[in-house]
Amino acid sequence: MNKIFAISNVVLLEMYRRKDFYVLFIVTALITAVMGSVTFFKDAEIVRYLKAICLFLIWASSLFIAIGATARQIPAERESRTIFPLMAKPVSRAQILLGKFLGCWLACGVALVIFYAFFGCVAAAREHQWPLANYFQAWAMHWAMLAIVVAMTLLGSLVLTAVSSNITITFIATVAILLVGRYLHKVALAMSEPSATMLTGLYYVIPHLELFDLRDLIIHDWPLVPWSVWSIALVYAAAYTALLLLLSWLVFRKKALQ
Amino acid sequence: MSGILRTEKLRVEFTSREFRHATKVALSGLDLEVRAGEIFGFLGPNGAGKTTTINVLLGFVTPKSGTAYLFGIDVRQPIARQRIGYLPEMTYYYKFLTAEELLRFYAKIFGLDRAEADKRIDRLFKLVDLEQARRRPLKTYSKGMQQRVGLAQALINDPDLLILDEPTSGLDPLGRMKVREIIQRVKSEGKTVFFSSHELGEVETICDRVVIINEGALKAEGRVADLVQKYQTRSLEQVFLKVVGYEPGNILAPVATGIPAA
Repeated sequence: MNKIFAISNVVLLEMYRRKDFYVLFIVTALITAVMGSVTFFKDAEIVRYLKAICLFLIWASSLFIAIGATARQIPAERESRTIFPLMAKPVSRAQILLGKFLGCWLACGVALVIFYAFFGCVAAAREHQWPLANYFQAWAMHWAMLAIVVAMTLLGSLVLTAVSSNITITFIATVAILLVGRYLHKVALAMSEPSATMLTGLYYVIPHLELFDLRDLIIHDWPLVPWSVWSIALVYAAAYTALLLLLSWLVFRKKALQ
Repeated sequence: MSGILRTEKLRVEFTSREFRHATKVALSGLDLEVRAGEIFGFLGPNGAGKTTTINVLLGFVTPKSGTAYLFGIDVRQPIARQRIGYLPEMTYYYKFLTAEELLRFYAKIFGLDRAEADKRIDRLFKLVDLEQARRRPLKTYSKGMQQRVGLAQALINDPDLLILDEPTSGLDPLGRMKVREIIQRVKSEGKTVFFSSHELGEVETICDRVVIINEGALKAEGRVADLVQKYQTRSLEQVFLKVVGYEPGNILAPVATGIPAA
């Protein structure tokens, strides 16, 4: 386990010393600050729009951070050949994969804490309240969803040669699942065979990332999701993450590194 | 004396996806044995299979057939690499880390505790003469300094076997001398060194025993003096040229272009 933590620590150090996160945070903060400083049509409910925009930016930024950072991990190690001195040590390929996954996922978690704290400050400035339990549920579900995205990107980085292809394909797949994933089986009803069966199958195979989207909960101040349902969703995320990491290991374990 | 590094009938093939799945045989039944406490020279022309052999020993490449062992453990098991140090031909380290962070990272990978790691890191920076630069990012290091960090990381676990892939390639004479001194020091501590190099003069000076491979197979093996005698030559370089089938004059032979020589 110490080896996995050591590798993840290097990933965290790399991300801390790169500028990606800072740029995304500053852009999010600037856009939110500008949006928050104006009142459209003297609408008292404008704070909801402000919250929606801020959360959308946080979601977009978190996807950029998760996919961008994870996609370059293994390919960059191979390209810069840093993987060779590392693999010459008593460390297994599974430990390298887990270390990379953990580093990227933890970095996403830290970034989300900062983003949600910023969001809390923006919302509190207008609403004068701190629904901490709601924020915690939304943050945890968001972070759990990113675990699936990070694992999916890691698998992509082992299958696809170019980092840019992996980033593009994973980003499109993630956004597509978020936007249309929940409707696939309904669309399938209107299709002929075999497309209908294939689409229905796809509906049951893909990880339903939209389940983790609790933005409306905090935008509209809805009551908390029952903790049992919330816990099941986390288990669902853990199961998909484990499956994707297992697939990554199957691809990576015998891959020749030349 | 026992074989702490051993390969048996090692065969490695690479299949090209681009060229209609053409297969290139990189190693064809290579048998090697390195004994404890010796400096073992591993020679061969470019493309002979030296780096592929090292890649198999370190688990980067899985052989099609045959086996390789380090300290009697199959190289496919990560634990086989617990007692080895490896210095690649070029230094490839995380540029965003300082030299000290890099050594600390590798110390953790080897499972060293904090106190032991501190002690070894201090000793190694002294050994490679980089005490002043230990907290500088690696991206600011010169090539010679990077190679010395490479040696330090290869020695972090106090290895019993040091695998060096062209360790003096591209270094200035001072850098080479320093690396050579460190190798001799490692040997004086009773460690084993597996040394792949093109610098035949260097190999002749420091190696106890050498093998020459070509086209993925072993062509000659023995002590330098014995090989020189066996091939009736004056130096290891001449042995090497004979073994790999080099014939003087070939390089200057006219190319069959149809253009008459002047």
